[in-house]
Amino acid sequence: MSPNGFLLEMRNVSKEFPGVRALDDVTLQVRSGTVHALMGENGAGKSTLMKCLFGLYWPDSGEIVLEGKPVKITEPKVALGHGISMIHQELHPIPHRSVMENIWLGRFPLRKIGPLPFVDHRAMYRATEALFKDLGISIDPATRLGNLSVSKIQSVEIAKAVSYSSKVIVMDEPTSSLTENEVDHLFRIIRDLKGRGVAIIYISHKMEEILKISDEVTIMRDGKRVTTSPASELTEDLIIRHMVGRDLTHRFPERHNEPGEVVLKVEGLTSPAAKSFRNVSFELRRGEILGIGGLVGAQRTELVEALFGMRAVTAGTVKLRGEDALVETPARAKKLGMALLTEDRRGSGIFPALSVLENSLIADLRRYVHFMLIDDRARRAAGSRMVERLRVKTPSLATLMRDLSGGNQQKVLLARWLLTEPDILLLDEPTRGIDVGAKFEIYTIITELAKQGKSIVMISSEMPELLGMSDRIMVMCEGRVSGFLEGKSASQEEIMRLAAQFM
Amino acid sequence: MAVTEKQLKEGKPEGAPLSTGPGTGKRVLRVLSDNAILAALIAIVLLIAAYDMWKGEGTFLSLSTLRNVLIHNSTRVIVAMGAAFAILTAGADLSAGRMVGIAAVLSASMLQAPDYLRLFYPNLPQLPLFLPILAAIAACAAFGFINGWVIAQFGVAPFIATLGSYAAIYGINSKYFNMEPNSSQPIGGLRADFTGLGTGAIGSGLFSLPYIVLIAAAVAVFMWVLMNKTPFGKNVYAIGGNVNAAKVSGINVYWTIIIMYSIAGSLYGLAGVLEAGRTGGATNNYGNMYELDAIASCVVGGVSVTGGIGTIPGIVVGVLIFGVINYGLTFINVDPYWQQIIKGVIIVAAVSFDVRKYVAKK
Repeated sequence: MSPNGFLLEMRNVSKEFPGVRALDDVTLQVRSGTVHALMGENGAGKSTLMKCLFGLYWPDSGEIVLEGKPVKITEPKVALGHGISMIHQELHPIPHRSVMENIWLGRFPLRKIGPLPFVDHRAMYRATEALFKDLGISIDPATRLGNLSVSKIQSVEIAKAVSYSSKVIVMDEPTSSLTENEVDHLFRIIRDLKGRGVAIIYISHKMEEILKISDEVTIMRDGKRVTTSPASELTEDLIIRHMVGRDLTHRFPERHNEPGEVVLKVEGLTSPAAKSFRNVSFELRRGEILGIGGLVGAQRTELVEALFGMRAVTAGTVKLRGEDALVETPARAKKLGMALLTEDRRGSGIFPALSVLENSLIADLRRYVHFMLIDDRARRAAGSRMVERLRVKTPSLATLMRDLSGGNQQKVLLARWLLTEPDILLLDEPTRGIDVGAKFEIYTIITELAKQGKSIVMISSEMPELLGMSDRIMVMCEGRVSGFLEGKSASQEEIMRLAAQFM
Repeated sequence: MAVTEKQLKEGKPEGAPLSTGPGTGKRVLRVLSDNAILAALIAIVLLIAAYDMWKGEGTFLSLSTLRNVLIHNSTRVIVAMGAAFAILTAGADLSAGRMVGIAAVLSASMLQAPDYLRLFYPNLPQLPLFLPILAAIAACAAFGFINGWVIAQFGVAPFIATLGSYAAIYGINSKYFNMEPNSSQPIGGLRADFTGLGTGAIGSGLFSLPYIVLIAAAVAVFMWVLMNKTPFGKNVYAIGGNVNAAKVSGINVYWTIIIMYSIAGSLYGLAGVLEAGRTGGATNNYGNMYELDAIASCVVGGVSVTGGIGTIPGIVVGVLIFGVINYGLTFINVDPYWQQIIKGVIIVAAVSFDVRKYVAKK
């Protein structure tokens, strides 16, 4: 144990990404046998800090001290060796293999037959059984992992962490997909671990849970530590104030758009998936910017993807100027004048190996076809016009998309959709991972579009962005609409409260 | 392609301007890596020619060599064009060779001279030349359609879907080939107008233009236009580059894939017909392993197996590289087993070079 009583200390850790100071002189001190909650808005730096602890990122400065000794964690394997393990927000198990193989992966017990090492399945089974018994988990070690429920898989992950004789276990949003009973079971395991002197770093948005399970709370904002205090001295209101209590440092362009008549009317939209959006109703006006707020997992992305024909819908109606507009394919949505800028720019936005020109025109090639062939001159003209209008910084139209910065890639994607001349733009986190300067330019484009009479739905996890850009804000929580706020009069506290309403 | 210093210099005449300004080295390297395949082809030609002058008769660099290489590789260019579709969308079409085989047998069986001794259809009237040819191509287009449908509809990996049709098409072809009275005898005695398609030329002598080379060139031009000038071609590149983004962009991925494999099938069919015409016969083993040669040519020609990257001229050069190696190494009497080893090394070296180019850019 360290002389000052902390099991783990991260001292003055800073980490910079191009254009973003993700961590700014953050200090986190965790005592053994306690639960230390880490809170903050999306993008406050919690996950970055934990990735530094686990060796997934290397901090630019600062040090990590474990039991009084400074340690250098270069990769997850080193972290595990030091007794630090992490249960990820999205679990990464191997569903087709057995529970025990998932736990002992990379360090299977071996039995030699002659000179050849074989995996000792019996020893592995027994070790797993003993581990589970110790933690009060009742799962057959030989079951295929994929057959288990999410909460059981999580128990397996925790058991795995324990099996590394971990001193520190990081749990990133562990209850996001658990039922109440399952949460109780998780809490029993956590208390048991505490009793053995294990320190738990617990990341969650759910305030009630935090106040119930944690001993100390560290709150982060904009990559900085705001405060660390005992949980007993905190209330929900206090936490919210610490999390959002900042000056509006971001600047937003002035808006001159005037929302007109209703163009899109969504009623009772419900997904077939159990945990997804249900009974969502809203109206969108001509020239309006409707912000959608909520926490990660509020099913906002799923909602707009359903509107764009990428996800199934079991109930509800979508009317576009009175006509039925519940579509089944993106192609159909496009034809009706909708456009979707997806959240996952890399995964479902850009074609990295194609040029800026190809990227900007792929959604609307037919417009440039004459006698079955593409009229390259017209295409080039349209491409360069749009590139100029959106002020995309690129050496040429032939530059490959992967060589552009995130902000410029995003502008090219906006260009792609603007060239289809949509009436309704669905923008999913349009400024995620983009530096401040480019953000302002994208805001400007969005407000200009609204002024021209385009209707815009903008999902954002950044509160200032929602407040600075939206005419109205629809807040979602766990798949349901928890309320509407006027953009001008809304406050971050109100959004936060609605975002956690059903938790 | 592993470009050595020596090849680098020998590749010079084609592209690399060796100016003496600052940064020349960098510029040479860039031009070279942009045109590495072409440089490699020229290097290989020059190496073989140099050896031929040193040890052989010194006749390798000649118009007749060029003619022979082009004639022998015309059908391979056509097959590689078809196979490129699957690779461009991060798949592989293993059924190519078997489609070549069935098209050869189908067209040959209906285009025998009536006075030939062993006729496949003893009572068949003289058909117009285009009819059996179109029938053979249509059959392969249909097989391609099935390939595409299975891939698009059920999400079967292209590799597996075409492995299935590879086996099935060979079976169908062999059943047909074994019908009475042919009973698996090689089909011969093809009509003169048919063999003329494979062996004839515009003009005569060394400077004539063989039909088969013209057809392959036409296919290459058609493919270049299709891939670069039509929405369909752009969509193929987009699907290969990022299928999710393609879907979000409203591209009809389902039909693009089906049409793609259908076109590929037609091209294999055309290649099969020309093979029969060129060789004057057909058996059910025609086209065997062509798919692997086609994949190798595409890959050496710069088509990335991860999808979305590759050009039509690159594929043509890729085919020619193997064509030159086959012809040239035989010309200078290299042992055929050594030829195989050299080919293998070239394939792997080409891909490692290609991969390195993209890794370096990250």
